[in-house]
Amino acid sequence: MAFKKKEKRGMPEMNTSSLPDLIFTILFFFMMVTTMREVTLKVKFTVPAGTELEKLEKKSLVSFIYVGPPTDNLRAQMGSSTRIQLNDRYAEAREVMDFIAAERKGMKDQTKQIISIKADQQTQMGYITDIKEVLRKSWALRINYSASRRN
Amino acid sequence: MAKTKKKMPGLNTTSTADISFMLLIFFLVTTSMDTDMGLTRHLPKPPDPDQEDATMDIKSRNILFVRINAAGQLWIKDEMNSGFGDIRELRQRAKEFIKNEQNLSKWPEKHVKNIELLGQCFVTDKHVISVQTDRGTPYNMYFQVQNELVAAYNELRNELAKQKFGREMQYLSKDEIGALKAYYPQNISEAEPKKYGGEQ
Repeated sequence: MAFKKKEKRGMPEMNTSSLPDLIFTILFFFMMVTTMREVTLKVKFTVPAGTELEKLEKKSLVSFIYVGPPTDNLRAQMGSSTRIQLNDRYAEAREVMDFIAAERKGMKDQTKQIISIKADQQTQMGYITDIKEVLRKSWALRINYSASRRN
Repeated sequence: MAKTKKKMPGLNTTSTADISFMLLIFFLVTTSMDTDMGLTRHLPKPPDPDQEDATMDIKSRNILFVRINAAGQLWIKDEMNSGFGDIRELRQRAKEFIKNEQNLSKWPEKHVKNIELLGQCFVTDKHVISVQTDRGTPYNMYFQVQNELVAAYNELRNELAKQKFGREMQYLSKDEIGALKAYYPQNISEAEPKKYGGEQ
């Protein structure tokens, strides 16, 4: 018989040797487009909502200042009054100057430094104004009030 | 005596995929992709220590005061009228003030300015909007005021863009936007906050 039934073949195994490469590609993509979360937040804040916002580009030029009450698990020790967080710790407004200087060190184009202020809606302006005064003194004049989009 | 060369057994690479998956997940967890947005502002240069008093003489018709008290209430004042205002009317008030369409004597003075691409223009570029806050003002209110003022400028520039170039601002070239900014320069001044009595 011409069409002799062949012996039953097993399913050929798929070649998966390029699978790691594939996943590595995705990995590299993510490493490119995302930024490391640099600090653990010690203050909690809800930023105000606005309509005339601009995107913050060039992450390498941006330094963040967080303002708000301590997070829930730290409230027992730190109380609930407004705090300023620089890097990983609480700080006073006058320490912003050193912070700016330290941040500038690693920057390529120091004149284009942007300070992003992430402050809670309920913060009293006194804290913000103190920070702004120090920023002016340290010649960090480009600032950005972090906000979420509102329609 | 040398043995006959054995064939090197292939390394089992099945788990490489798993390892790279782990790396991928690690990066997904530790990084953030959210784009940061915000209202960009420029602070004035630090005061010159040699200069004792940096007060400038600005004609009162050129100033629009926006004061925000500790309760978050607005006081809007210009030569025309003054009184408590609402955040919703601030944008309109600011627009009318900056534009001064009828060249009223109580709103900012107009003079001729030569702007590239626009030619001879009759502009109010000497106006100042002064935002004053109290130390107790809620940040949100201050932010909303800033937002409304920037919105007023953006709307004015957009209207001008449609009128002069026939397109909205986002479709214009850099030079054209520069011309619009020269026509409506953003003069928002922030006075040092006052402490109007009471505790902080």
